[in-house]
This record gives sequence, C-alpha cells and structure tokens, in this order.
Amino acid sequence: MLLFEILTVALKSLVKNKVRTLLTMLGIIIGVGAVITMLAIGEGAKKLVEAEIATMGTNVITVSSNSNPRTAVRQESGTGNAIKLTDVESIKYQVQGVNYISPVVTTYGRLRAGSKNWRTMAYGVNSEYFFIRNYDVSDGQFFSSTQIQSGAKVMVLGKTVADYLFPDGGAVGQRITIRNVPVEIVGVLAEKGQSAVGGDLDDVVLIPYTTVLARLRGWREPQITINVSAISKDIIPIVKEEILQLLLLKNKTLTEDSFIVNSQTDLANMANNVSSTITLLLSSIAGISLIVGGIGIMNIMLVSVTERIKEIGLRMAVGAKKRDVLRQFIFEAIFLSGLGGIIGIVLGSVVAKVVGNMMNWSVVITTWSVLLSFSFSAIIGIFFGWYPARKAANLNLIDALRYE
Amino acid sequence: MLINLIEVKDLTKTYKMGDIEVHALQSINLSIQKGEFVSIMGMSGSGKTTLMNILGCLDKPTSGSYRLDNVMIEDIPKDDLADIRNQKIGFVFQSFYLLSRTSALENVELPLLYRKSLKRKERISMAEDALKTVQMSERLHHYPNQLSGGQQQRVAIARAIVNNPVILFADEPTGNLDSRTSLEIINVFQELHKKGITIIIVTHEPEIAQFTERIVTFSDGKIINDVKNHKIESAMEVLKQLSHAKKEEN
Ligand SMILES: Nc1ncnc2c1ncn2[C@@H]1O[C@H](COP(=O)(O)OP(=O)(O)OP(=O)(O)O)[C@@H](O)[C@H]1O
Ligand SMILES: [Mg+2]
Repeated sequence: MLLFEILTVALKSLVKNKVRTLLTMLGIIIGVGAVITMLAIGEGAKKLVEAEIATMGTNVITVSSNSNPRTAVRQESGTGNAIKLTDVESIKYQVQGVNYISPVVTTYGRLRAGSKNWRTMAYGVNSEYFFIRNYDVSDGQFFSSTQIQSGAKVMVLGKTVADYLFPDGGAVGQRITIRNVPVEIVGVLAEKGQSAVGGDLDDVVLIPYTTVLARLRGWREPQITINVSAISKDIIPIVKEEILQLLLLKNKTLTEDSFIVNSQTDLANMANNVSSTITLLLSSIAGISLIVGGIGIMNIMLVSVTERIKEIGLRMAVGAKKRDVLRQFIFEAIFLSGLGGIIGIVLGSVVAKVVGNMMNWSVVITTWSVLLSFSFSAIIGIFFGWYPARKAANLNLIDALRYE
Repeated sequence: MLINLIEVKDLTKTYKMGDIEVHALQSINLSIQKGEFVSIMGMSGSGKTTLMNILGCLDKPTSGSYRLDNVMIEDIPKDDLADIRNQKIGFVFQSFYLLSRTSALENVELPLLYRKSLKRKERISMAEDALKTVQMSERLHHYPNQLSGGQQQRVAIARAIVNNPVILFADEPTGNLDSRTSLEIINVFQELHKKGITIIIVTHEPEIAQFTERIVTFSDGKIINDVKNHKIESAMEVLKQLSHAKKEEN
C-alpha cells in the first residue's frame, strides 16, 4: 500500500470521527497551551526584572551610609552620615575601574511655575550622573561641570514634571522656583516611560549637588550617597571591595558595617533567583498539565483502538498487512498531535498575551518552550497512537473480526 | 482435465480452552474444482465457519495441508497471506462487516487500497463496476446505516468481488436476511457463477442449497455427505414466480 493512500485513509478516519478526534486533540491542546502560557509568563517575569534593573543604569554601584541605628557608628557630630563629599574625589582617583562617579544629595521640595505646583524629590548630582543613569536630553542640555563648580541655579527635569509644569512645551529657559529658590530649567530628559513595576521613570528633578548643598539643604546634615559606574560588569566585585577598603582607610573609626555598597549585579542575581523560582514553579504546573494531557491522549487512543479492533480485523481480512494498519494509526496520531500541538501553541500564545495585557506584564514566548511542549506532545501522541494499534494488529485476525 | 482449485488433506482444527479441547474439524479431505458452486451445510457448531475461515486464509489449521490455486498455504508468511487474501480471495461475512460512516463506494474500494500500483481513478472505476454487478449503482454514496440489510450484503459482495478473485467464500450470506432478499442475493451469486467465479457458501437452509451445484454436509467436524445437485434451481425463476403470484393475489 502506498504511503499516500494510508495518509488519505488516516485523514478520512479522523474526519469521520470528529468527536473522538477533537477529544484527543483537546488533551494535547491543553497540555501544550498550558506550557506555552506558563513559560511565557515566567520568562516575562524574568525580562521584567531585568528591565527594571537595566533602568537603573549600567554597572552601577551605590555607596551609602548604613543608617540602621543598631549597627551604625555614630559620628562625633551626632549624625549617621559616614560618607563625606571628599570621598567622591578619593574614589575617583584612587580606585581603578571607575568610569563615572557622582554624589547624590537628596532633597524634598515644591516646584512652582506660575500657579502650578509639583511636590517631588530632587537629586543633587554632578554631570557624570547622567551617564551613570543613561539619561538623554530631549530638549536643552545637561548642566556643565562649570555650572556644578559654581553652584549654578539650574535644573534638569524629567518629562512628566516638565509636561505638568509646562503643558504647552518650552520648559527649557523658563525660570521656576524650588523651595522659593529661583532656578532656570536648562534641559528636559528624554522619556523613559514606566518602570516594569509601574513607577514613573520620568518623575525626576536634577540639580547640581553644589546648589543643593549651598541653597537647599534642610535642617539636618544632608545624606550623601555615591553612585559609581564601573568600566565593566566583571570588575564590579573588585571595585566594590576597593571602594570599601578606601573608605575604611580614610576613616579609621568606621567599620564595614558603616557602609552599604550595593551593585546592580547583586540585585540582578537576587531577582534572577526569585524569577527562576517562579519559572520553576510555573514549569512544574505546565509539566503536570502536559502529563495530564498525555494521559488523556493515551486514554482516548486506547479506547479508540479497542473500538476499532473490528475495523482492524476487517482491513486485514481484505489484505492489509500489519505495517499498513500500524502506519495508518501512526499517521492518525501524528496528525492529531501535530494539529493539536499547533492549536495549543496558538492558543497558549493568545492566552499568554491576554494575561500579559491584563497584568500589564510583557510575556515572552520562547522558541524552546514551543519546541519542548510540541515535541513532548508529539512523542506522547505518537507513542499512544502506536502502542495500542500494535497490540490490535498483533491480534489473531479471526479474534479481531469477532471482537465485541 | 478439470483443475483442483482447492485441495484439502487431513485438515484438523482444534481449539484449546483451558483443559478442554474442541475438535472443530477432524481430518477433512475436500477438493473443489475451478468454476464450481458449492454449498456447505450442517448443524450449528459442526465446523462450517471454522473451515471457511481456513479456506479463506483468515485462520490457520492445526494440522493437515491446504493448497489453493497451486500454492501451499501452510508455508506462507503472514504478509504474503495478506496478499493472497487481497488478490485471490473474496470473503462475504454473515454480518456484512461494512465500515460505518463510510460510503458504499469507499467500502468496496477498501481491498484495492491495499494493492500497489492502482491509481485512484482505476480503483473507483473498479469499485463502481463491482457495485454495478450487484445492482447497487444507484447507491454509491450511501452510508451502511442508510441501506437495507439486503443492500448492505450486496455492498459486501461487491467488496468481495472487486479484486476479481479466483474464489468467493460466503459464510451464511443470507443468514440475516428475509427469504425474498435471500433469493435476490442468491441470484447475485448465480450470476457471478455464470461469469466463471468459483463460489463456496455456507448455509443452514436446504432451500438455499438447492441453488448450488454441489452440497457438502458437515456433522461434528466431519464431512458426512458430499453430493452433486441434479436439479439446480434458478433464483431468477423463483423470483419471477413470486412476483407473478403476488400480482395474481392482487
Ligand atoms: N475461537 C474459538 N474458540 C473455541 N472454540 C471455538 C472457537 N470458534 C469455534 N469454536 C468451536 O468450534 C466448533 C465449530 O464452530 P463453527 O463456528 O465452525 O460452527 P458452525 O458450523 O459455523 O456453526 P454455526 O452454524 O452456528 O455458525 C464449535 O463447537 C465452536 O464452539
Ligand atoms: Mg458459522
């Protein structure tokens, strides 16, 4: 018998038994669909975390004072501030592998432009901060090192803030006040959008740190943190260690506990651990649904072959060989699991996208999840198509014909 | 010289069910020549079906030899046996055995699917011819559940003759049919016989056996009688008389 004829016979028999065909495919569809959806969501979570971390900048190391009262060493001045401005210069010139470095002095303040008010946090930084955070200006420019040195009353705004204060545009060049200190807007940052967890990355106000320290300091000693961007990802641990050693050398009264030196990779590793756990969990659920789907296929295939023993007997009585019967059933199984697999992939992708939209979460359908689920269902489908068919084809012809 | 199409020597078939042995066939010797129309009769359980299955290459004997068309069947591997069933033998079952949800034409085409080098067109035209022979040309695309018992048996006969077999076996082909329909089916066999096909049928009913040339009678797995029928009836004639009688009644 020619392969083409067997193919036709197999297809016809699937069409003639629509309910059985659909039920069998359903197992595959659900199994494959679940795997695709689960893995897409898991992968999406991973990407989300990666994106969140990437918004922080490139190879960023943050150095801050540990203000935890239990471990912090109180300074003679009575504040918990272990980092001094001079540390920035020291790190810059004495630690190898530092690409950019900027102090960050945080202050709260109300911006006022005409009748409009905006309450926000403002960061006092130097001009290297823009490179650490990967900022771009869409309008105007960053402040220059001269402006930093002179403590110029200038400011760069994020898009959200600029749009609020100046809905008609033209923020650059305008004078506004912060905490009643008049400043000039010299630049507006390019839009960064939302962070993966929903924070607005464009709600930013940047001022030269000198200006903050001179004009906008609050009633207490300003907290200084230092942002460093290392030359490469690989040397981050070394740079961290060197920074810590340098700080300890400069001030013998402090201990390692006085500082918190964090890097993006620390965060990334932690986050990766979490999202790997999530992916593992989702994969197990997906795996279980594949197995359940597989059992469904097996069940229906077994029942259907039993139902069809008479048919097999008849086909053999009129001249079908064992291999003809086997091939027919294997083809049927290939069609079933192939078509079911494709539908499952499409359905799984759609569900993943819908879920992603609902949760505002970008899902990622990976090639390997498609390949994995598809080949798994194909193997199950084909095995459970072949196995009972083989049993039936091995039956004595008369017994098969008489089978009730 | 007449050629023996079938030659059976010392054929036995024993079924084992646990400790019990059923000797369904005991030392059968039988020769059937090309072109004969034979009926096999006997009580229920006498071994008729068992013999037919062996002759039709559907089952293997326990011992003895069987030669069909000069081929020793015992020595043949399974796959070649499938080819013999496919090319030399037609088999009609008591309970039709048509594939459900499959048209009459496709049912008849079935054996041709398992034969190499036949194009779809050829298969269909052969299947149509076979259905025409059994006067079923009007019902090519009906499904079995849309056909009467007699019509279903005609389709089954068409399937058995579609491969132009050298021999046609029919195990109680009229067993599930009323007497008039039975006559119609027997008429089909007689027409096929006229065309030169060798036919062996099993039947319970002596009236049916009267339409065949030779009557072999079984009892307890043995042949107890094997006679020529000297006054063969014509199913066509009987059918004519029947419709005549019916007209006069009205
Ligand atoms: N598969 C089997 N297993 C065991 N015994 C069997 C089997 N098939 C047939 N027999 C026995 O063999 C004997 C002959 O059976 P067979 O079917 O040939 O009878 P038969 O003449 O065709 O009867 P009927 O006219 O009722 O169809 C019976 O006693 C039956 O019980
Ligand atoms: Mg019988």
